[in-house]
Amino acid sequence: MTLAEILGSLFPDGHSVTVEDGLVRGTGPFAGGQATVVGIDGDTPLGVDGALTLSRAVLDAVRAGDKAPILVAVDSDSQRMSRRDELLGLNECLAHLAKALLLADLSGHPTVGLIYGHSAAGAFIATALATRVLAALPGANPSVMDLPSVARVTKLPLDRLEEMAKSTPVFAPGLDNMVATGAVHVVLDPDRPLDGQIRDLVAGIQPGDLRDRLGAERGGRPVARDVARAVVDQARLD
Amino acid sequence: MESLTFRHSTKRPLPGAVPSAITGVVASGNLEILLERVLPPDACEIAIATPIAGYGDVWEAVVADFVARAQPGGIRISINDGGARPDTVFLRLLQGARLMEA
Amino acid sequence: MAVDRAASTDPDALSWYEATARQRVVALADPGSVREFLPPTERRMSPHLPLFDLPRAFDDGIVVARATLDGDPVLIAAQEGRFMGGAFGEVHGAKLVGLLRAALDLKPRAVLILFDTGGVRLQEANAGETAIAETMRAIIEVRAAGIPVIGLIGGRAGCYGGGGLIAGTCSRLAVSEGGRISVSGPEVIETNKGAEEFDSRDRALVWRTMGGKHRRLTGGADAFCADTVAAFRRAALDLIGRAPAFDLATLEAEQARLQDRIARFGDCRDATEIWSRLGVNDPEAVPAMDTDAFDQIVTRIREADHDAR
Repeated sequence: MTLAEILGSLFPDGHSVTVEDGLVRGTGPFAGGQATVVGIDGDTPLGVDGALTLSRAVLDAVRAGDKAPILVAVDSDSQRMSRRDELLGLNECLAHLAKALLLADLSGHPTVGLIYGHSAAGAFIATALATRVLAALPGANPSVMDLPSVARVTKLPLDRLEEMAKSTPVFAPGLDNMVATGAVHVVLDPDRPLDGQIRDLVAGIQPGDLRDRLGAERGGRPVARDVARAVVDQARLD
Repeated sequence: MESLTFRHSTKRPLPGAVPSAITGVVASGNLEILLERVLPPDACEIAIATPIAGYGDVWEAVVADFVARAQPGGIRISINDGGARPDTVFLRLLQGARLMEA
Repeated sequence: MAVDRAASTDPDALSWYEATARQRVVALADPGSVREFLPPTERRMSPHLPLFDLPRAFDDGIVVARATLDGDPVLIAAQEGRFMGGAFGEVHGAKLVGLLRAALDLKPRAVLILFDTGGVRLQEANAGETAIAETMRAIIEVRAAGIPVIGLIGGRAGCYGGGGLIAGTCSRLAVSEGGRISVSGPEVIETNKGAEEFDSRDRALVWRTMGGKHRRLTGGADAFCADTVAAFRRAALDLIGRAPAFDLATLEAEQARLQDRIARFGDCRDATEIWSRLGVNDPEAVPAMDTDAFDQIVTRIREADHDAR
């Protein structure tokens, strides 16, 4: 689905969401109130400027104090890779955006990520992965690194990696694998109106970080939950 | 990855009462050695996981030298190898034994 | 829990950069106070690296422990930069996440994260990336509970990729000359954008752009340390005592701070131009300055110290 189709399905009565330089901002009527929308469209890389534009919008929503849902729509590239961005502290700017979303969550705003295209690395962590619930549309393509690049770094032949990727979701790019690790909670049905599906997600939000539990149940992260739990248990005993 | 295990009898237990120790890091040309005081006092076992196959006889010789010199009775030694040279391995084994004697 | 038996070390003499993760933890904490969770004897190793024919480490490249620091209970995580570049794999990441969750239970005086990482371990990329997101959320929950999370950065792998983002969520950061903080590494930028954009072999450029001094001068880090464990210990104790709250006011202040930085320095091509605009008289001399001389400079830079993090 395109962003326009998504917004149309989310807000059948219209909305004020705009896209400027690939940055998505605005609001729409949702569940009897208003939802804030931020995001990245068109496979746009996320640099220092974009990160601060989005964090501004998130902080404004928090300051409004209405605990309205915040939707984070993502079709991005990775972080913007440049000398300027690193010089200006890209790590601080991306972390700041993630912190704004995490603060919104702590302040009672349901935060829902919606990945409908690509996203990777720092841009993915600072946006979709900083939400409470991350939903995806079929065709979304989150990744850390594409397989040819993985082949270069690991010095393994591409065909062997492709073969391994079939049985091991832990390293290969793609939506199914991110679902298996628990990073993506749910894949939405594009043939049904999105507003109801997102409303259900918001209503079903549970406390705590469920991702390692989902990763264990789905087999994409076989040991993370048990390892984290073992650390907590040993810390308690000691 | 190749796994090798060597078992030796020793004339005496390794002195000291330290239950376990670790030394080294798994990195290129380096290795980590975990020592645990869990075996009968005259037994020593050394298990190695190495990414470089085909050097079993070299490992066997280094381990035999180390056992003869340190007499690490009672100690199970586990090695994660990152492709260390035999002299590095020998040095680290002695270092590990010293940590257990402390 | 097994008591750590890494070679004992004199914190004044021990180089942070050269030390292993375990040596750093033992020398940083009060003598004899370290109790490691999931120690190497438990062999919680990566279930994935054998698929790639790669050697594993008994601790998956991270030490997580409790200890005391000047008598106060703290939790400590230390990444081993020499094992797989300190990268986040499934077990590695889960140990850090578990430690942060334990902090909510135990309410220590602080959590210390000794970063030494290239980012995500590609062989376990999805697990590593997800663990980084979990870590960031857990840090925020710990901070919101009033527990400072202090990052210490001075290892050979630096603090790159998702590690840089995690560092950006900490309450305070201490960094040494060797501690680089960045998202995209020099090689990554060069591979994707060409050597004109970033020549990764130009080490002086790397240090100027991502190194500890640049981060300290621009307020990206809160303390600059000599490369000894003792210096990092002193910095950690100081920073624990003045950690900012995590709330809307702090993030509004950070928003303003970062926007101001971009407005003032967004057209600079090189770090030396930024330092000059900050008021450093002889920016070319900064890279070669010793810690004392550099500290003198920092005291005159308004942007270096703030609570906006």
